[in-house]
Amino acid sequence: MRAIAGLVRPDAGRIELDGRAWFDSKAGVDLPPEERSVGLVFQEYALFPHMSVRANVSYGGTERTDELLDRFRIGHLADARPGALSGGERQRVAVARALARDPAVLLLDEPLSALDAHTRAAVRAELQELLAELALPAIFITHDFRDAAALADRVGVIVDGRLRQLDRVEEIGRRPADAFVATLTGANLLPGIARPVPGGAEVALDLGTTIRSGETASGRVGAVVYPWELTLAATAPADDDLNALAGTVGDVSVEGGRVRVRLGELVCECSPADAERLGLARGAASVATFPAASVQLVPLDDD
Amino acid sequence: MGRAAFSALLALCAGISLTFLALPLVALFVETPLGDVPDLLGDPVMRDIIAVTARTNAIANALILLFGTPTAYLLATRRFRGRSLLVTLVELPLVLPPAVAGIGLLAAFGAGGLFGDELQDAGIVLPFTEWAVVLAVTFVASPFYVRQAISAFESVDPLLPAASRTLGAGPARTFWRVSLPLAAGGLVAGWVLAFARGIGEFGATIVFAGNVHGETQTLPLGIYEQLEANFDLALAIGVLLVILSGSILLTYKLVATWRVSNSTSLSPFALTRSRSS
Repeated sequence: MRAIAGLVRPDAGRIELDGRAWFDSKAGVDLPPEERSVGLVFQEYALFPHMSVRANVSYGGTERTDELLDRFRIGHLADARPGALSGGERQRVAVARALARDPAVLLLDEPLSALDAHTRAAVRAELQELLAELALPAIFITHDFRDAAALADRVGVIVDGRLRQLDRVEEIGRRPADAFVATLTGANLLPGIARPVPGGAEVALDLGTTIRSGETASGRVGAVVYPWELTLAATAPADDDLNALAGTVGDVSVEGGRVRVRLGELVCECSPADAERLGLARGAASVATFPAASVQLVPLDDD
Repeated sequence: MGRAAFSALLALCAGISLTFLALPLVALFVETPLGDVPDLLGDPVMRDIIAVTARTNAIANALILLFGTPTAYLLATRRFRGRSLLVTLVELPLVLPPAVAGIGLLAAFGAGGLFGDELQDAGIVLPFTEWAVVLAVTFVASPFYVRQAISAFESVDPLLPAASRTLGAGPARTFWRVSLPLAAGGLVAGWVLAFARGIGEFGATIVFAGNVHGETQTLPLGIYEQLEANFDLALAIGVLLVILSGSILLTYKLVATWRVSNSTSLSPFALTRSRSS
């Protein structure tokens, strides 16, 4: 984010917007931040403590100040100092300030992580609205995939400086490229050793059981299956085509109208009705079943 | 050693040192005919002394602020090879004996010195002139300002000038509108100390500028001359300088407390310890 804004100089590479190079190590181009058209919203907001809200917002340009103060509902705070504002208010000032310059791209550094849970949900909704309304390319950073799922069109997953996967957000959440992305998106990751068989592969899990996958692989893999692809039952089904993992129920919690059940190593999901019917409570025995088709195989990180 | 004995020992040492430090001040006020001070200070000799002190220190302080501020900003915000060497150089006059500073200035700007020939050709004579006082005061007092200024600029949250740059402000505008105002408290505190040091400067001045009445004789140099001529006047000047120094110290303390109360204005919602809002 800092490299895009011009605050940090990469060793090599190219940063361009609309064909205009902002940084190009080969061509020796390195525009200073003030010559790039970015609106950067810092994680800590970095509002100028010695200036009023109005002065902060007008810092990048005075034409749109009143419009922005209205749009972000901070007009009544115009003469206040940043130190007197709440976290949510300061963030609105920070975003308004970044937009005062009419930037070509909006950069948001972890816009939701500094907020408490209640404000977070509200701000997420506000950001959704804002991004849709602005029609401005925006890049934001988050550690929580749910933020990305709610706000982004495309997602890139970066680990230790390497881009692991860059895809539309639906694809990231459905077809993870590796173990890290799988767990990031909320999947169950079961390590094991795969052996190719007709129609896919057989995976001997570290857990002890063997399951089948529709994908082919061999050697060390992680078997990926999402909580909503698991069906809970009281006993193992007779159907041989289905994978089945038995276990003891641990935590049961309700989240967003669905029930999340921890079954041994797995996280499963079911409807409240099913949870009641099966009598899912801590200590109960249950079985999770899932078809071979829902098992994806990804390389493990410790390889 | 028992608890009581240890406390007694501490108290004894403190008592001795504090008494020693207070003694000259107390003696000064006791020995000075305080009722006569206004008359003594009205002595025509004093007019020149005060004028020289005021003029030279005003120019010196202006130079210190004008050149010291950008220097401090550079050293505080840029990292480059040799930086620590430069910072040490700036701090050097702090530990250099003032007389050595004086003779150094003589060696640089005196008739036989480094720039002696060039100055002579240009018709400029520096030693034993008012400009010599200015240079001496500037030399010994600047580290007090620059050192504190560096610290003040360093304590500005680097995110703030960064934000300023991303908002379209170049380095100069960022300095003027963000870094300077935020460092102002520390800069003033540093300047107060530099000012105090400058007013009291003696060693470098007397070596480089001499004790020429009406031209290079400042308040401290005045004390030196009046020791034999008019001891009471010397005492009176001493009292004047103590009052001046006391006021400066008080100002410094007030500025320091004002700064602290100004920066603790973080919202309770702040999760980070950063100074920015």
